[in-house]
Amino acid sequence: MAETTQLNPGVDDDIARIGAPSGDATLAIAGFTEEGENLSEFNDGTAQHGLKKHSHGNAPVIPEASRGERLKSYNLADFPVLTGREEDWRFTPLKRLRGLHTESLDGAGPTVSVGGAANIQVETVERTDPRIGCAAIPDDRVSAAAWAAAPVATVITVPAQTTADSEITVSIRGKDAAPAAQHLIIDAQAFSKAVVVLNHQGTATLAQNIEIRVGDGAELTVVSVQEWDEDAVHLSTQQARIGRDARFKHVVVSLGGDLVRLTPSSVFTAPGGDVEMYGLYFADAGQHLEQRLLVDHAVPRCKSRVTYKGALQGKDAHTVWVGDVLIRKDAEGTDTYEVNRNLLLTDGARSDSVPNLEIETGLIEGAGHASATGRFDDEHLFYLMARGIPEKEARRLVVRGFLTEVIQQIGVPALEEHLSEAVERELAAGNL
Amino acid sequence: MATLDIKDLHVSIDTDQGSKQILKGVSLTIRTGETHAIMGPNGSGKSTLASTIAGHPRYNVDSGSITLDGEDVLSMSVDERARAGLFLAMQYPVEVPGVSMTNFLRTAKTALDGEAPSLRHWTKDVKQAMAKLRIDADFAQRNVNEGFSGGEKKRVEILQLELFGPRFAILDETDSGLDVDALKVVSEGVNREHSKGNMGTVLITHYTRILRYIKPDFVHVFVDGAIAEQGGPELADRLEDEGYDRFAAQGTAAASA
Ligand SMILES: Nc1ncnc2c1ncn2[C@@H]1O[C@H](COP(=O)(O)OP(=O)(O)OP(=O)(O)O)[C@@H](O)[C@H]1O
Ligand SMILES: [Mg+2]
Repeated sequence: MAETTQLNPGVDDDIARIGAPSGDATLAIAGFTEEGENLSEFNDGTAQHGLKKHSHGNAPVIPEASRGERLKSYNLADFPVLTGREEDWRFTPLKRLRGLHTESLDGAGPTVSVGGAANIQVETVERTDPRIGCAAIPDDRVSAAAWAAAPVATVITVPAQTTADSEITVSIRGKDAAPAAQHLIIDAQAFSKAVVVLNHQGTATLAQNIEIRVGDGAELTVVSVQEWDEDAVHLSTQQARIGRDARFKHVVVSLGGDLVRLTPSSVFTAPGGDVEMYGLYFADAGQHLEQRLLVDHAVPRCKSRVTYKGALQGKDAHTVWVGDVLIRKDAEGTDTYEVNRNLLLTDGARSDSVPNLEIETGLIEGAGHASATGRFDDEHLFYLMARGIPEKEARRLVVRGFLTEVIQQIGVPALEEHLSEAVERELAAGNL
Repeated sequence: MATLDIKDLHVSIDTDQGSKQILKGVSLTIRTGETHAIMGPNGSGKSTLASTIAGHPRYNVDSGSITLDGEDVLSMSVDERARAGLFLAMQYPVEVPGVSMTNFLRTAKTALDGEAPSLRHWTKDVKQAMAKLRIDADFAQRNVNEGFSGGEKKRVEILQLELFGPRFAILDETDSGLDVDALKVVSEGVNREHSKGNMGTVLITHYTRILRYIKPDFVHVFVDGAIAEQGGPELADRLEDEGYDRFAAQGTAAASA
């Protein structure tokens, strides 16, 4: 198994990741690098070269006992080659990755164009830019490979104290199926306010790292919409670091693509943070839509809410939701709740839902989770039809109602409308 | 004037133990303007009759017929039956998560009429009907039946009755779970609709108290999947005094005959 490391921010800079096949060790803990003063607090620079040794020696292999101990490294070689038996890959059909996990990610990749707000800053930067690594550290092999392979990064900065004068739209357009890597950074500085919508379309075989820094007192919404062509393969790590009293809303909408696997995470770095994570996915026949979340309550008095909802229709439509919530020893006053609901519209679809709450302190406000996967109920259908509503329309009414709850949370009217229409198209395509 | 005709209806359901016969030859004719009360012990098949008329897929019709002005109801889908003018107020109305009352009522009305109601009038009609049934205005925003109390669900069934104006209404224990005031409010709703003269009503109940508000023209006693006796309103009073005991023997005898 690959996950053999420990990341324990703010506790011990001596804890290293271990068990790398190369035998060398890489450590990356916020604010605890010794050699990294000239780099960002989170980047030890090893990712670029894969050489630099960073931690204080090697420790024995520790099997993953907790989600918080999963291997994290900028060094691709630290991650064993995937077999599909790893805990975090066990639901993913590797053979449909079109080489993302085996081939070099040197395709041109989708184009990125940023529009919308005028009072923000958009840059394309070299890999040596100190902001690379400001908020993320790969915790799986494909993410690490993408980290090493992405030739440049797009950095979107919302300056401190600035309210973006409109939504920021990031259009990501894929043109071919060559395996490619991509790196984006969204840096919402202290007390800024912004909404960023990432829109993925076209075809691609893409491994993507998105770093999101939510500065102290900032309010940031990031919406990641996957409306890929039906052959696309997309693996995306979206890691957010949440500052003091910051508010972060993350929304995932996965509709298109053959295989889409997102691993969004929110890590609280100072008290008072508030995170909402929403997800909506609609899988058709043969589609694999996977989302693995992590909310890391590492500090006191933060609040998180996770709501993911999925609909499935058609043979071999498969969705996966794994929601890991960590409440660490110091996270007193934590208030968290996560829920995942799935609606199976036809036979032959499969939905896996795994909530996972780890609690290391009893001094919390509340912690809960719920997960339910229901079949579209004959009794619902009967009730609606008994009021004259034809079967097709009754089904649509229910699905629409089911998913609208999430769409309404986005808070971008044009996008909400667009997505409602997209859901209608999904329903129409499924002949429901 | 319309007629709903049920003839020698035999209905069974599939259970784990195999097919189970529930209705054993029910015949009943209801005409516009009439009110029929059906009374009978638990498990005698009253809800089965109601659900079969509405077309619930659980019930298999083995023989017999249901026609509406000569049209074969049994060959219609559930929604077609509703559009033909049949309305079932359910004993246990279903909660439909994710669908708001407002959206549901408008969608149903549009389906029943074949065209969307004029928005201005419709909103007003809904508000007024809700007020008359003493349903709080904020119920319109809530999901269909979700979290409604038993009594609230029943009021919402009658709200639909008034808004949709069916040709035949089957009210399955609409009075159960209502307090005295609610019973009155709900009965008035049924009477308002009935008094328009376009509706025939079947009232399934265990209690005569609702019959003080809604006067039946006929009372049918349902026992073991068949009508054991019929009469006028006075039969209801007799049932209240005597119970169903004298029918139970008969029913068993008939079944084993
Ligand atoms: N799914 C089922 N499996 C087995 N038996 C069933 C099922 N559904 C209904 N029945 C049986 O069918 C019979 C008739 O039920 P029905 O609900 O029609 O009675 P009812 O007259 O409406 O009773 P109540 O007054 O309690 O509402 C009962 O014996 C009931 O147990
Ligand atoms: Mg009943």
